[in-house]
Amino acid sequence: MSIEVRGLWKRFGDFTALRDVSLHVEPGELLALLGPSGSGKTTLLRLIAGLERPDAGSISFDGEDATERSARDRRVGFVFQHYALFRHMTVFENVAFGLRVQPRNRRPTEEKIQARVHELLDLVQLEGLARRMPTQLSGGQRQRVALARALAVQPRVLLLDEPFGALDARVRRELRRWLRKLHDELGITSLFVTHDQEEALELADRVVVVNEGRIEQVGAPDEVYRRPATAFVFGFLGEANWLSTTVDGRKARVGFRPDDLELSLGPLEGHAFAARVRRVQSLGARAKLELVSAAGAVVQADVPAERVRTLALSPGAEIFAAPREMQVFFESD
Amino acid sequence: MTIAALEDSQGNAPPSVRAALEDPPLVRAALIVLALGFAALFLLLPLVAVFVQAFSAGLGVYWKAISEPVALQAIKLTLIVASISVPANAVFGVAAAWAIARFEFPGKNLLVTLIDLPFAVSPVISGLIFVLLFGAQGVFGPWLIEHGVKIIFAAPGIVLATMFITFPFVARELIPLMQEQGSEEEEAAISLGASGWQMFRRVTLPNIRLGLLYGVVLLNARAMGEFGAVSVVSGHIRGLTNTIPLHVEILYNEYQSAAAFAAASLLALLALVTLVAKRALEWRIRRETRA
Repeated sequence: MSIEVRGLWKRFGDFTALRDVSLHVEPGELLALLGPSGSGKTTLLRLIAGLERPDAGSISFDGEDATERSARDRRVGFVFQHYALFRHMTVFENVAFGLRVQPRNRRPTEEKIQARVHELLDLVQLEGLARRMPTQLSGGQRQRVALARALAVQPRVLLLDEPFGALDARVRRELRRWLRKLHDELGITSLFVTHDQEEALELADRVVVVNEGRIEQVGAPDEVYRRPATAFVFGFLGEANWLSTTVDGRKARVGFRPDDLELSLGPLEGHAFAARVRRVQSLGARAKLELVSAAGAVVQADVPAERVRTLALSPGAEIFAAPREMQVFFESD
Repeated sequence: MTIAALEDSQGNAPPSVRAALEDPPLVRAALIVLALGFAALFLLLPLVAVFVQAFSAGLGVYWKAISEPVALQAIKLTLIVASISVPANAVFGVAAAWAIARFEFPGKNLLVTLIDLPFAVSPVISGLIFVLLFGAQGVFGPWLIEHGVKIIFAAPGIVLATMFITFPFVARELIPLMQEQGSEEEEAAISLGASGWQMFRRVTLPNIRLGLLYGVVLLNARAMGEFGAVSVVSGHIRGLTNTIPLHVEILYNEYQSAAAFAAASLLALLALVTLVAKRALEWRIRRETRA
């Protein structure tokens, strides 16, 4: 199902969470809402789910206006950041909830509920844990129960709020891959919120970068990473060095990644600058260097460790550095 | 030589290190004795005395004291008052706690403060408020007399005063509980297609049931035992507007000490049941939050 968001505004007291946000989501797409905390990404998700009402703007599903439709009737599966499992119900009853509360004429029979719940628990690989209480599960297991519960009512859209936020790094990577696979199997339009750029770039078909209640850029992972629309996007998607300069007489900021820096003992082609090495930190295969340019700007470099050895770099060394790729953002932007 | 050295080193072992906050044994023992002794003297002894006095004139007198018509009427009125004020304040408490924990609205702080008012005001004043409102000389008095409605010196007044006094119990218990639990489970229920009522019955109520029960137990104990406010509005009409606490006072003032204590033993029994129920609930709440 496609989602069309137009001109959405949302205020909480004095705080404006969303400012004129518009977004189109293709059917079957897996979309990441990426931004720092407080940027409005979760608010956008809650508005799409109908858990909050917009102050202005509209939301439609498959071209049908749903702005006034209650969360109950939107058929949106929502996976909460802290899972929000019903604490007094077993795993089975949690997953069965959405089926049991359906109006009598649409409610499946007990056998059908049993079959459906077991099928879902199988899907999320929790078949043996149906009788457990939520408190008896690990974080990753709770996450999957929450997902199975949301899928039980065959939602047309799946919304996930920081789905991996509360998990440790290893479980996180595993679940990430598993979720991508599940999405490809089910083909359900999905949006997930994250503040982790690596997660967004790895998992999503398209990434929506959100900042201060506005959408900064929408694009494929490679596109937002390689061709950032704003200085914020560039800075948020990875480590960045910034130099102030003038381009064609206009004040501008030039950004480049620490790992996009060519180092040499002799002069280099392109936008090279002279610098002095201030610190060298070896991290196994890579090495991090802190450089000070002739103009006094501090620049971080991230190069293969082997490069440090061949150039025999140590603090105090005078070298030349040139960004292989860089982004120019004009100050007035 | 080696053995001697060992003994030597043992003899010279460093003095045992005492934690900075650990009191000397004597102080500890004195504090425990003081606390237990105080509790026995001021809490346990009176309770025992109530039962000893109640049965002092024999079982027959005890039975007669609590089965005479006037005593039965007091018991009946007490039960009626509790059976109205407990459910009413339980419903109000849930509604108020829900509103305060879930919504932002103008006047919310005022409501939170008002809920505590009955705890802050002396019960006698609470009773007087109702006399001033509904008594013959009160604000609504003439209108009530005109329409033949009797509130003060009648059962409705007692119910009102009791409801006022016991207003905060359930709400006070539930507000922090519901604030801590948050509304995510309820939002999950709604987004899964539950109606408001289904959400309340299947998610909200089970989550707050122990806290609610806890509040109701305390509310009930107070509703049955309230003296001050009820005393002001009741008028002490024997066989008509006396609750158990008022009945006890009348008997005592008439030097019918055995009968007074017999009636009082009913309230003491209620207190014991309340304590046991409270303890059991606390134990279950702790177990559930820990699980």
